[in-house]
Amino acid sequence: MTIDSKLVERIAKLSRISLTETEIKNLSSELDNILNWIEQLSELDTEGINPVFSSFDEEETKYRNDKVNDGGYREDIISNAPLSEDGFFLVPKVVD
Amino acid sequence: MNNLIKGETGDWEVVIGIEVHAQIVSNSKLFSSASTKFGGEHNTQVSFVDAGMPGMLPVINWVCVEQAIRTGLGLNAKINNYSIFDRKNYFYPDLPQGYQISQFKQPIVGEGSVTIDIDDKKSKTIRIERLHLEQDAGKSLHDQHPEFSFVDLNRSGVALMEIVSMPDISSADEAQSYIKKLRSIMRYLGTCDGNMEEGSLRADINVSVRKPGDELGTRCEIKNVNSIKFIGQAIDYEARRQIELIEDSKIIDQETRLFDPKKGETRSMRSKEEAHDYRYFPDPDLLPLSFSENIIEEIKSELPELPDDKKERFQKEYSLSPYDSNILVSEIEIADFFEAVTKGRDPKIAANWITGEFFAAMNKLGFNIVDSPITIDNLSKLIKLIEENIISKRIAKDVFEIMLENNEDPEEIVEREGLKQVSNSGELEKIIDNIIANNPDQVEAVKLKPKLIGWFVGQVMKETNGKANPKLVNDLLNDKLN
Repeated sequence: MTIDSKLVERIAKLSRISLTETEIKNLSSELDNILNWIEQLSELDTEGINPVFSSFDEEETKYRNDKVNDGGYREDIISNAPLSEDGFFLVPKVVD
Repeated sequence: MNNLIKGETGDWEVVIGIEVHAQIVSNSKLFSSASTKFGGEHNTQVSFVDAGMPGMLPVINWVCVEQAIRTGLGLNAKINNYSIFDRKNYFYPDLPQGYQISQFKQPIVGEGSVTIDIDDKKSKTIRIERLHLEQDAGKSLHDQHPEFSFVDLNRSGVALMEIVSMPDISSADEAQSYIKKLRSIMRYLGTCDGNMEEGSLRADINVSVRKPGDELGTRCEIKNVNSIKFIGQAIDYEARRQIELIEDSKIIDQETRLFDPKKGETRSMRSKEEAHDYRYFPDPDLLPLSFSENIIEEIKSELPELPDDKKERFQKEYSLSPYDSNILVSEIEIADFFEAVTKGRDPKIAANWITGEFFAAMNKLGFNIVDSPITIDNLSKLIKLIEENIISKRIAKDVFEIMLENNEDPEEIVEREGLKQVSNSGELEKIIDNIIANNPDQVEAVKLKPKLIGWFVGQVMKETNGKANPKLVNDLLNDKLN
């Protein structure tokens, strides 16, 4: 797989990141190099081996009890919002 | 039953698949300990996890997992005791994480089925493709401000089950039956309250049309339809729209549409400047979800009797018709109510009264079976009075009306108002003899036309204010007149 500037632009758009022409050019080759480097892994024969999603042992999975003991701090939740009113987050109008 | 729709070029078949989003009944959210309660003050049931704050990690709520397993078992489905959580990436203001934690390739529940009734005799199996766990998003309010949308994150992170059907549904009626049945099963199981007004049950409906036997047509997805009635209207409208387009030699765009309940039509959601690309990948913050077969067996052993089994039992145990059984098992509260009322009583009379008089009155007065103004005890007593011929069916209706007012004991009403059925043949005979003596013309007439006996019955009822035992009156009249 090669990463060209068109793909970088698309990824940037999906990620809501705006990039300059130079950045796009640089990122294309950087990402391409990273991807090629990682692609070496595909040389390994993984036939019949289950994918590993974590280095932790699944048996150790911790579950949460179904108890309510969080929430109730609205001021903290919205304190970082660029815009808020009456305890709501305010965002530019989005209507489908 | 014929589900085909007539078009100008012949008959069309509708193919429908439904994705249901069902909110799981739990106290706290899927990955946080904030409350799931509906209707709370906005943004007060939000933890830092739900707000997508940097560094916050999800920890799964075991009860939500159990609820998904329970629902899967209720849908006769395969439970996967190893499943994976994935991130579904997209940007929307009510999704603070920038991704929804969902399950993509390996869901917790695999293939299953739901049986729906087509009519009294026929049923149909709708296959379930899968059920997976995911987070709900927050809520945007668009009508609070001219330039801004308001965002409330109380719902953000609440556990949902997405239940995906195969495209086995062929009409609006079937789609409605499917949703009703699914809702009924989940209510029996206590896994989703099924409250569509509060958004705990939402449906995305995939509709396409084709000539019978043809390949599947291009489908459109109608998003977030939130009432059984609208589901029917949306499908009817959408099928008609697609048929007209094809018959006009136009192309159907595969797209997402919205149903507008005011206009009764579906319209395109114009927001597809870029095709969705969710870039699913396993969520590195969560371990695979695995549990032992024992846990599945344990949950299975605790399942309640589900509607299909209950229906079968009602037909066997109480000799009820499929129709009556269906109505009685549709909601667990109704089934329980019926079984309590009918204890020691004639089940047919009890079923008739509950599905007839009682439901009609509840509807009219706007009551629900759980807040019925008439107690189980008193309704049961009323049925006993009918069963033992102490009051006639007609009088029973009057007694019932009085009971509705203040849940009075029917036995007391009958006593006080003197409504006991006259079953004393001597007393009735006297009345009948009187009527015969005073109406020689009618007596002659009835000899030619035996049906006119009804006139005499009416006279006796009039004399006794409707309290005469109808069967006894008939017998006596038949003796005397024939």
